[in-house]
Formats: sequence, C-alpha cells, structure tokens
Amino acid sequence: MLQFSMRKKVFFFFNWLIDLGAKSLDLLKNIGGIFILFMQVIRATFARPFRVREMIHQMNLVGVKSFPLVFLTAIFTGMVLALQSAYQLKKFSALQFTADLVSLSITRELGPVLTAMVVAGRVGAGMTAELGTMKVTEQIDALRSLATDPVRYLAVPRVMACFFMMFILTVYADFIGIAGGYVVSIFKLGLSSDQYLNRLFIALYPKDVFTGLIKAFSFGLVVSIVGCYYGFQAKGGAEGVGRATTLSVVTSLITIIALDCFFTALFFFAG
Amino acid sequence: MPNHSLVEAKATTSYAIEAVNLSKYFGDLVVLDGFNVQIKRGETMVIIGRSGVGKSVFLKLIMGILKPNSGDMIMDGVKINTLQDDELNMIRRKVGMLFQGAALFDSLTVGENVGFSLLESKSVPYGEIMQKVREKLKVVGLAGIENLDPSELSGGMRKRVGLARAICNDPEIILYDEPTTGLDPIMADAINELIVKMKQKLNVTAVVVTHDMTSAYKVGDRIAMLYDGKIIAVGTPDEIKSTKDPIVRQFITGSALGPITDKSRYLINSEASH
Repeated sequence: MLQFSMRKKVFFFFNWLIDLGAKSLDLLKNIGGIFILFMQVIRATFARPFRVREMIHQMNLVGVKSFPLVFLTAIFTGMVLALQSAYQLKKFSALQFTADLVSLSITRELGPVLTAMVVAGRVGAGMTAELGTMKVTEQIDALRSLATDPVRYLAVPRVMACFFMMFILTVYADFIGIAGGYVVSIFKLGLSSDQYLNRLFIALYPKDVFTGLIKAFSFGLVVSIVGCYYGFQAKGGAEGVGRATTLSVVTSLITIIALDCFFTALFFFAG
Repeated sequence: MPNHSLVEAKATTSYAIEAVNLSKYFGDLVVLDGFNVQIKRGETMVIIGRSGVGKSVFLKLIMGILKPNSGDMIMDGVKINTLQDDELNMIRRKVGMLFQGAALFDSLTVGENVGFSLLESKSVPYGEIMQKVREKLKVVGLAGIENLDPSELSGGMRKRVGLARAICNDPEIILYDEPTTGLDPIMADAINELIVKMKQKLNVTAVVVTHDMTSAYKVGDRIAMLYDGKIIAVGTPDEIKSTKDPIVRQFITGSALGPITDKSRYLINSEASH
C-alpha cells in the first residue's frame, strides 16, 4: 500500500513536470509568435495598398465607440482618487495637495493603464473573436488563396487604429480624470476652484503627461497585436474562438501591467 | 522573374500538379506520408478518402497555405514549396479554390466577395469588375444577387458564390474542397453539373476532394484514393468501380466491415497526446 502511494506520487510528479514543460514551451511559442506578428505588421504597413477606409472604420470601433466606457472609468477614478487622497491629506492639513495627487496619478499611471485595460476588454477581445471566427471558417485561408496577405489586410488597419486611438483615448482619460477630481474637490472637500487649478499647474510637468502617453502608444500596440495574434491562432470551432478570446484578454492585461512597471522603472531611473 | 521560369516550365511538363513524396505532420500527427500524385493538364482528379485523412491538407499544400515537411509540390514544373510569399501569390492568381464552408467574407457583400481579388489588385476599373462579377454569378446560376450579404444565403447558394469567387480570375486550376458536403441531393447534383460545366467551358484542371462517391463518379476523369497518408489507388471511375483492392472496395461501397478500421487513427491520436 505504501509502495503504491509512493509510485502514485512519483507518477503525479512526472506528470506535473511534463505539464510544466509543455506549458513553458507553449508560453515561449506564443511570445515568439507575437513578436513575429509584430515584425510582419511593421513590414506590411508599408505594403500597398494600404486600407485607409478600413483603418478609419476600425478607429471608429476602437476609439469613438470606446469613449463612453473610458469616460466612466476615468471620471470615477478621478473622484475616488480625490476622496482617498483627501482622507490622508486631511490628517496633515494639506488638503490643497489633492490636485497634485490626482493629476500625477492619473497622467502618469491610471490614465494610460485603465484606458488600456478597458480597450483590451472591449476591443482586444472583439478583434480576437472576429479574426478567430474568420480563421475557423477558413476565411483567412481564403484570403491567402486570393493572393492577399491576411496580416496586411486584417492586422495592419486594426493595429494602426489601436495605436493612434489608444493615445487619443488616454488624452481624454487624463482630462476627464482630473475633472473628476476637480468636481469632488470643489463640491465635497471644500477647496476653491482656484486652489485646485493652481496646484494642478504647479504640480503637473509636461514630462508627466508625455511619459503616460508613451505608455499609451505601447499599450495600443500590445492590445491590438495580441488580439490579432490569438485570432489568427484560433482553431477548433466556437469553443476554440472562446478560448482564444480569453487568452487574448488575459495576455493583454498581464502584458500591460508588466510593461507599465517596466516603463515606470525606466522613467524613474532615467530621471 | 518568376514569370519567366513559369512560362518556360510549362513547355517541359504535361502535368499541371505533381506531388512527389509529400509528407506533412502536425506535431506528432502524421497526415501525409510519402504522398505521390500526378494531375494532367485539363483533367479532373477526384481524391477520395475518409474524413480527416488529409484531403483538405493536400489542397492547402497546392495553394501554398501549408508547407510540406518534406517532399515537393510542383505546379507547372515549378517547385512551390520553396517559394516566398510574393512568388506564391503569382501562382495563386492562377488557382481558384472553393472552400468546404465556402469561406465567404461576411463583412463584404456577395459582389465584393466574388470580385475580391480584382478589387484588391485595383488593376481593373470598378465598372469592369462589377461587369465581370455579374457575369460569373450568372455562370453559377445566381444572377442579380451581388448586393446581398453572405448571411442571407442558403448553404447551396454560398457554395455557388464561393465557386463564382474562385473562377473570377479565370484560373487555370480549380480546387474543390468537399463541394457537395452538407447539401441536399438535388443541390449536390447541381454543383456536380457546375464542376463538369467549368471543365468543358473553361478547360481547367480541377482537383476535387470528396467522400461523396456519386459526385466522384460524375465529375472525375480519374479517381485517387487517399489512405494512411498515401495514394493507394488511381484509376478512371470504371477502373475504381471494378477494383479488387479490399480497402478501396470497402470505401466505395460504404461498408463498416473490412480492412479500414478506426484502430490506426486511435493509435495516431493516442501517440499524439503523449
């Protein structure tokens, strides 16, 4: 009996090891695949014909249609930030610094990151589902058979749209978040409009905004390339498309947070 | 440059498509292994075999959508498995493919689907393209539907639109992936008629992949049976009908009893999962 359970443990251990190996290989394969797609997109961006109308259509889907969601996320985040910082600052009678905290947190971190997360959930998932469905119904193969590069035809307009619209959405999110903080500060914390705006202009440097916007560009690339990659990889019918969509969103979210950490560290140490 | 080599090669070979010792694996799963077939110019070759034996994979190898692990895929004397995408696209313009589920682009109208490659290449004025689209839709018996969406079509109509798209470029080779699967017998026969008509009217080389024997006998000049990764028999429909080969006999008569069992497939699958 003892021997049996030992054997069972060894068996499970080896199975676990095999599983770990397979998962690691899978991870490396996906990272490699995402980078290859990234290079292909860069190359295909300069190939003719460039689909301007499709890009504008995608910009509408990615940008304009995401605006309400980004608006709500940003305004509530700004309000919460104002309330939370006031809670701390009141202890030091430093309530007027609420504007500093809100504006810096929003422009440097939360504006780009939360916008990217909202877009990853709304747009990245949609891209994977759409391209994944095209893949499993052989429409991607059909494109190839009609002498059309699917990367140029499908991925380039989506990546371009996401790249630029993430930037614009983040600018919106910065404004709206700071406005949310303003509303709470004026109506709830008893600060005057002048106090808030003065502190805002003193505290906020162009660098804070720019570093946030650099993040936004890179998040735009991440969401769209990961979204397209998992779409192109989908297989096995509706279930496969569902799995690809989940993987796409999870990968995007983790990459966004990791990249955010990387950029923040880079800007911190680079001064 | 590739154009030149294509023209030269044409004179030296009478085969439109030649597969030499093709092998294709997906992971540990062996799909094609030592696959050989020669398809003459202007003939209709039907490839029969059970579902999942790699018939569609062969068509995708012809299109260059998949690359073989070893062996050569030769079209008009040109080895296509070593070509780059730009050169492959030149070859693909001479080939039309009808996909199993038609694979119509659902974001485009029927007309845009049919004229897709012309609209993309922008080499022909729009009016002329639409003229051609209407003409091809008429060939498949669906005149006047160019403004519909693919989602509004029935299965048989989708296949015929897919065929119109495949022939829009006036290809020299047409590949049919299970053209009659999932259609009612009358619609299936209409598709068979179309395949025969294409051959007579356009004098194209055709490769039809199917497991529908009625269709195979009707459209095929020759029939080849794919089993266990290889072509195990090739012959005219009459030769195939009267074959003594027990494997082919079992398939064409559609019997569950015989040398073909599910055992080999299970073995492959269980090896693949380890």
